[in-house]
Amino acid sequence: MFAPLRAAAPVLTPAAAPIIAAEGLTKTFDVLPVLRGLTLHIAHGEFLALLGANGSGKSTLLRMLAGLSQPNSGVIRVGGWQLPREAAQVRAQIGLVSHKLLLYESLTARENLRFFGRLYNLSAARLNAQIDTLLKRVGLARRADDVVRTFSRGMAQRLSIARALLHDPSILLLDEPYTGLDQEAAAMLDALLGEAHAEGRTILMITHEIERAARLPSRVAILARGVLAFDCAAAEIPDAAWLAARYTEVTSLIAAR
Amino acid sequence: MQTPFFRVVYGIVAKDLQAEFRSRELLSLMLIFALLSLLIFSFALELDRLAREEAISGVLWVTVAFASIIGLNRSLTLEREQGNLDAMLIAPINRAAIFVGKLIGNYLFALLVGVLLIPIAALLYNLPLINVWLFIVLVFGTLGLSGIGTLLATMTAQTRTRESLLPVVMLPLALPVVLTAVRATTGILSGQPAENWLGWLHLLAVINVVYFAACFIMFEFVVEE
Amino acid sequence: MRANLSLSDVSLEQPALVRAIPRALLALTALTLIGVGFGLYMALGFAKADATQGEVQRIFYIHMPAFIGAFVAFAATTLGGFMYLRTRQVKWDTLALAGVEVGLVLAAINLVTGMIWAKPTWNAWWTWDPRLTLEAIMMLTYAAYLVLRASITNAETRRRFAAVYGMLAIILVIMVVMISRIRPDTIHPTVFGPSSQQARGTFELDASAGMSAALGVNMLVWAVLVPITLMWFRICLNNLTERLSLLKARLADR
Repeated sequence: MFAPLRAAAPVLTPAAAPIIAAEGLTKTFDVLPVLRGLTLHIAHGEFLALLGANGSGKSTLLRMLAGLSQPNSGVIRVGGWQLPREAAQVRAQIGLVSHKLLLYESLTARENLRFFGRLYNLSAARLNAQIDTLLKRVGLARRADDVVRTFSRGMAQRLSIARALLHDPSILLLDEPYTGLDQEAAAMLDALLGEAHAEGRTILMITHEIERAARLPSRVAILARGVLAFDCAAAEIPDAAWLAARYTEVTSLIAAR
Repeated sequence: MQTPFFRVVYGIVAKDLQAEFRSRELLSLMLIFALLSLLIFSFALELDRLAREEAISGVLWVTVAFASIIGLNRSLTLEREQGNLDAMLIAPINRAAIFVGKLIGNYLFALLVGVLLIPIAALLYNLPLINVWLFIVLVFGTLGLSGIGTLLATMTAQTRTRESLLPVVMLPLALPVVLTAVRATTGILSGQPAENWLGWLHLLAVINVVYFAACFIMFEFVVEE
Repeated sequence: MRANLSLSDVSLEQPALVRAIPRALLALTALTLIGVGFGLYMALGFAKADATQGEVQRIFYIHMPAFIGAFVAFAATTLGGFMYLRTRQVKWDTLALAGVEVGLVLAAINLVTGMIWAKPTWNAWWTWDPRLTLEAIMMLTYAAYLVLRASITNAETRRRFAAVYGMLAIILVIMVVMISRIRPDTIHPTVFGPSSQQARGTFELDASAGMSAALGVNMLVWAVLVPITLMWFRICLNNLTERLSLLKARLADR
């Protein structure tokens, strides 16, 4: 009939402990279950794209991993620290980029970065050096002292990535970062994320774009109705059309039950 | 592992002042409103000199309360608009530091508006309002308003009705602060001996302490999810 | 082929037979109804008319106990909010909500009986008496509580914010109680302790005239039985609505 669903076993060598380990997560909003015993392991240095329909629980999962929301049951360990008990340690290694800017529009690029750097307790000297490096890296060095309100959506999103990298986090959480970007800006974002991945950071990206998920990341998973319904290394994906077919299969299978 | 408390507070206050220094949105809104309120109260109530003297402390404090509501709404909506509150919440910081930081910023704006308002009111209402004790009442009164207001504005910024909800939920809870401040102000302005109104100032200080403690503890509950 | 995903997999308690109204509540309701009747008899018949005010003073036997009943209900809201934030159990939030609604009803009874009483004694339905004004503000505070609840979509956030606001709102109730001690210019009489100089409509509770007994009975009825019974009903109603939405969700999930 159709290809058997792959087991939710993560693609990692048995020796490596996963940097993100979420086990048996459940979450119910009012009476509506969003996560139903979701288990997800992400190895060091992986770039995982998480696909899923609206309401499949993607954003809820991301917020839980960032310690912004608590599961009803289940265990989350990030970098060996447990949430929510060791939230401060977990937060220090997480950077978040969202479809919201997470920037102050009435501040300049530099002022924004300085404010968020202070929240991560970076010393003044380190912070200044870091700001210069990152602004150069995201191509905004010349606009450093311009107010964010004057930035295009793509520029603001690049600044948002610089903000997320300020404290040199080992994990990047991305919540539909491509929303509202034109092609050129999306290509620049591709390059920045590729760079961050090459530096050995672990990346979890939520996205709607199947084509992009098939290209950039090292592993693709599909979330449907609160559990991991598909999980596969990028190397095994022949092309985007194949992935799109699997996506339709998984989501329709579950809808029809 | 956590960033030191006062480093976070300093960061937030510096950021708020910087943003306000650049845009001057908040202060100009608050000031224009406050001036309008002073003029319209006197105009609409058709106050004669005697009635003006009796009404001024009430007018002054209701004006300050509404002006700070305008400021609080703007200040907390800014944190919500681009998801900045989330960006702060995922940093390794104590959440109460966010409360104290936002409180100080809001307080400075409310106090500044009050300080600018008093000489203008003295001029318009032809009353001797410039007085050290009156300034002290202002220091305490605006602190109480900003404390309860910062907590409630953080709450209402996350609701569907947003800005329109804050005055409705805040005014009744601000009443103890406004009432005691009005009483103390009236006592001072009418030249009564200190023992007649010092009690109100004490009561105001006690209310401030209680409100600050309650809001400091409860803030965590209005930002978690 | 059956995927292993459905609401029925999430463990849900489902009692074989849910009794909408427990027996104990029915018994309490009967007791409360008898109590209200007996209280009315004590107030209108048993107690002698007041020496100075005459028959109109009888309204006091409902007026003040109704306020104490509102106080009890609002205190339940504060307790419910506190316990909800500690335990995160939904039942505490339900108690808090029940407290607000019942408290508002009892405060309204208190306010209306007060206005009826004010007409002959103070010669006006409404005066800008500090206590009267504060009571109206207190009721609006709890109305604001309901508006706040209504404007939050996420149920968890709604409960959390309601708990915080419900705990803070008790300040207004305390102010209503304290105001006649703080603001000496109130014309509201204080029954226990000295009334202010300007107080109009004061009276003495005369035990030998059956006045204390009438107050005692009505206090028990309006300050204890009525709020508890009403809150219990409100909680039952809430449980039923919640069950209904759960069943609806399960149906939609099928």
